Amino acid sequence: MNDKGMIIAGLIIFFTIFTFPIWYNHGAAAPPPEPELSQKAKAAKTCVEDTAYMRTEHMHLLNQWRNTAVRDGLREYTGKDGKTYEVSLSNTCLDCHSNKEQFCDRCHNYASVTPYCWDCHTYPKEKM
Amino acid sequence: MNADYLSSLIAVVVLGLIAYAGVAMAGLNGFFGVFVPYLALVLFVIGFTRRVLGWAGSAVPFRIPTTCGQEKSLPWIKQAKIDNPSTKTGVVLRMFFEVLLFRSLFRNTRATLNENGRLSYKWVLWLWAFALMFHYCFLLVVLRHLRFFTEPVPGFVKMLEGVDGMLQIGLPVMRISGVLLLVAATLLLLRRILLPKVRYISRPADYFPLFLIIGIAGTGIFMRYFTKVDVVKIKELTMGLATFHPAMVQDGIGALFYSHLFLVSILLAYIPNSKLMHMGGVFLSPTRNLANNSRAVRHINPWNHPVKVHTYEEYEDDFREKMIEAGLPVEKE
Repeated sequence: MNDKGMIIAGLIIFFTIFTFPIWYNHGAAAPPPEPELSQKAKAAKTCVEDTAYMRTEHMHLLNQWRNTAVRDGLREYTGKDGKTYEVSLSNTCLDCHSNKEQFCDRCHNYASVTPYCWDCHTYPKEKM
Repeated sequence: MNADYLSSLIAVVVLGLIAYAGVAMAGLNGFFGVFVPYLALVLFVIGFTRRVLGWAGSAVPFRIPTTCGQEKSLPWIKQAKIDNPSTKTGVVLRMFFEVLLFRSLFRNTRATLNENGRLSYKWVLWLWAFALMFHYCFLLVVLRHLRFFTEPVPGFVKMLEGVDGMLQIGLPVMRISGVLLLVAATLLLLRRILLPKVRYISRPADYFPLFLIIGIAGTGIFMRYFTKVDVVKIKELTMGLATFHPAMVQDGIGALFYSHLFLVSILLAYIPNSKLMHMGGVFLSPTRNLANNSRAVRHINPWNHPVKVHTYEEYEDDFREKMIEAGLPVEKE
């Protein structure tokens, strides 16, 4: 038996598939996204929690807000700094972050995240 | 307690801690984030190629397929065309079922002594079920990780993510394959630890990869659902790796990510030197990929030494006259 040709062909196919990320990106990394803050968000300086927390935990917080507002009817959230906010995606979050395309979508698209917020909520018209 | 699995468990925990401490305390982000993954990749590619080429150079002079059914015989005897193939098509089908559906595990039996002290064999499907679950979940998890290595993320990855997260439990959405991978790896580990006969034949080389994969799945799940990490910064790093423009992301990524990456690097470098090479070896097993046609085709050992023979006719030619003189019978006068 001499299957060397077939084995080497198999090896080449394997490494072609294995190196998919290398040849798919043509060796150039797309620049990381920079979410843009709207004027109102800039003026507010801080979100309901600090930036680092919001960056990694916002989805978890939104999930909590959804549960407390929709299931328990509690519409008040007190942040770590003691300020109280209305628990509402449309009225609180989107009030400042009214620019979905420049804010939400940039990172979500980059990290391939498809949040299902917009299955129920409508998002405001883009304004800066 | 058993030294074989305890040592593997300790090894994996220590490896995870090394990367965690290295980043959190010594600030070795570049070492664990760039150097180690590239080193692992090089070791994997070279090691994998060497192993496969080594097998390609091995001698397989004769047909040694395991015969798991009736071989091709007289026309009225039904042949098991997949379990004892005699044609190339049969072999391709056999390999297809072996590689994608683990047909040989499906035949798994367990030998037990029944109440009367008689040996009996029972068809046991657990290993096959856990193995299927484990391998396909692992495949899905690996494919889903392409979202960190491609920009824009290809459609099939998004589709897989959608299917994988269809239960919409929690936020970030729970991915079914990740949880099932951890469950399946744990079940395969418990099988080795709890069944005495399997434990008897299990060595550190069996436990270590299982603990390693449990460690990888565990750190991954922990990062996604519990102690969050900055995904955008991680993608910046991984995209840098994939495009050979390594970006030095100094801070913002949790040290747990480096534990995860380090364990993955260890796994990658470990594959060519371990039983995990079955990912390449399954295609090359002569007991599976050869047609059983030894009775129809004559297979001659290709390196048989050419033997110089001296036939009787030649012998008679040499000694005919002396034989006739001595009165011995000859074939040609």
